[in-house]
Amino acid sequence: MTLPGEAGGTMLQVDGLRSGYGRIPILAGVNVAVAPGEFVGILGHNGMGKSTLLRTLMGYLPATGGRVAFEGRDITKLSPTARARLGIGYVPQGRQIFPALSVAENLRMGCLLSKQDERRTIEGVLESFPRLRRLLDRTGGALSGGEQQLLALARCLCGAPRLMLLDEPTEGIQPSIIDEIIETLQSLSRGGAVTVVLVEQNLKFIAALSQRILIIQKGIITREASPEAVQDPALIAEFVGMAA
Amino acid sequence: MALTGLILFNIANSIAVLVLLSLGLGVIYGMMRVINLAHGEFLMLGAYTTVVSANAGLNLWVAMLVAAPLAVGLFGLAVERLFIRFLYGRIIDTMLATWGLSLAVVGLITTIFGTTVRGVSAPFGGFAIGGYQTSVYSWFVIAVAAAMAAGVWLVLRFTKFGLIVRATMQNPDMAAALGVSPQWIYMMTFALGSALAGLAGGVLAPVSGVSPVMGGAFIARAFITVLGGGPAIVTGTGLASGLFGSISEVATFFTTPVFGQVALLLAALVMIRILPQGITGSGLTGRLLRRSL
Repeated sequence: MTLPGEAGGTMLQVDGLRSGYGRIPILAGVNVAVAPGEFVGILGHNGMGKSTLLRTLMGYLPATGGRVAFEGRDITKLSPTARARLGIGYVPQGRQIFPALSVAENLRMGCLLSKQDERRTIEGVLESFPRLRRLLDRTGGALSGGEQQLLALARCLCGAPRLMLLDEPTEGIQPSIIDEIIETLQSLSRGGAVTVVLVEQNLKFIAALSQRILIIQKGIITREASPEAVQDPALIAEFVGMAA
Repeated sequence: MALTGLILFNIANSIAVLVLLSLGLGVIYGMMRVINLAHGEFLMLGAYTTVVSANAGLNLWVAMLVAAPLAVGLFGLAVERLFIRFLYGRIIDTMLATWGLSLAVVGLITTIFGTTVRGVSAPFGGFAIGGYQTSVYSWFVIAVAAAMAAGVWLVLRFTKFGLIVRATMQNPDMAAALGVSPQWIYMMTFALGSALAGLAGGVLAPVSGVSPVMGGAFIARAFITVLGGGPAIVTGTGLASGLFGSISEVATFFTTPVFGQVALLLAALVMIRILPQGITGSGLTGRLLRRSL
């Protein structure tokens, strides 16, 4: 069987990935293939391993089994720094902006891996995030949750990653900013310049953006669904408690 | 009038000495949360480097301004690689390791150089404030302290290295996701703090007796100043040095140097009671200075 990710070559190949916290296993053999330019959503309840999967893909948690390859290169044992330098961007749960740095300084940090001029890179990214332009002198910690999320996304994009890992970007965010994030990510996705793996609980958000949705349960990918399928009441019922 | 001038000069000198003693410690503690109990010995190594190399024929200015920070910076680099890097996030273990290091360094220097107090002559000679004679070299100490504080502030505020250091100290995991190697930043920060301690030791060598145990005389004042200053390394250290230096010097003038030290300790106790996170970390001053470095 040909996985959707294999059609145009594979950017991210995850085989039998296992990981956890100490002696507590969370991922029990995850298999995922993501093609260049794809937008893949991963949906699951709390505690099913969504964030653990992204933290393992980024190298914060060691893999206890399996293999991760990025653009054909085995990165299973690489540090987060090395993975970032290869072109993997990460927007973590809770935003993790630098609270005592200004918005402009947060964006400058995002530019460390950019090959372009810093000023030009930030200008280019701000075109997609106009709301941040008037906040450049504010400290990151003084922003609202939604503004921090926009900043976290913009900071990641400053490094021009080829693969972005997004961990629940709608968590605790006001609806107007969620719509803004959807629009921004849709326009990025249309260009196909960046490949995205998104983990989410917000069905509307994940359906609006993802080309295909993988469902994670108890640390393994149990099924694949189309964005339309997650409007199905039966599927929603399976994920009781999720925002429709 | 001359007496007022002398007191003000002595206060400035006392503040400068506190800045010199504490800035290197402030960089290491403030940025990395590593309590370096060997900081006094780092100062001592800077002083010895100056004295030994100057007595061996090296120009005194090169000895104190180049050789001392370079030697102690490299020593700090080795210490970070060999010990400290295994202990990040383990504050008690770090304290024990650096305390052990301080004992080892004192023992090593005693073995090599003995317990004799050494020194080099302070250059420049003296000058008079009215009828009071004082040292021109003290002006140099004040200038070096001001330059050191300004230099650290400028590096942290305006350079890319400073930006990366500040970001890494706030969130090393996130900095790593942006391509920074936190291990490299920790190493460089520890080496920078060590080099500042070496420079301070070198500059203070002509005005203090250089002996293997001289670090013990510095360490308490350095820690009090850093803790009193709070999270903003340069602003906090500067303000705490200003406060404690003034109190100590005024008390010394009216009583004796011993009571001056007692007054400094009492002032620190009162201040930590009122502002537990230091001048730049709590109270009104903390709110006003929350963005300072």
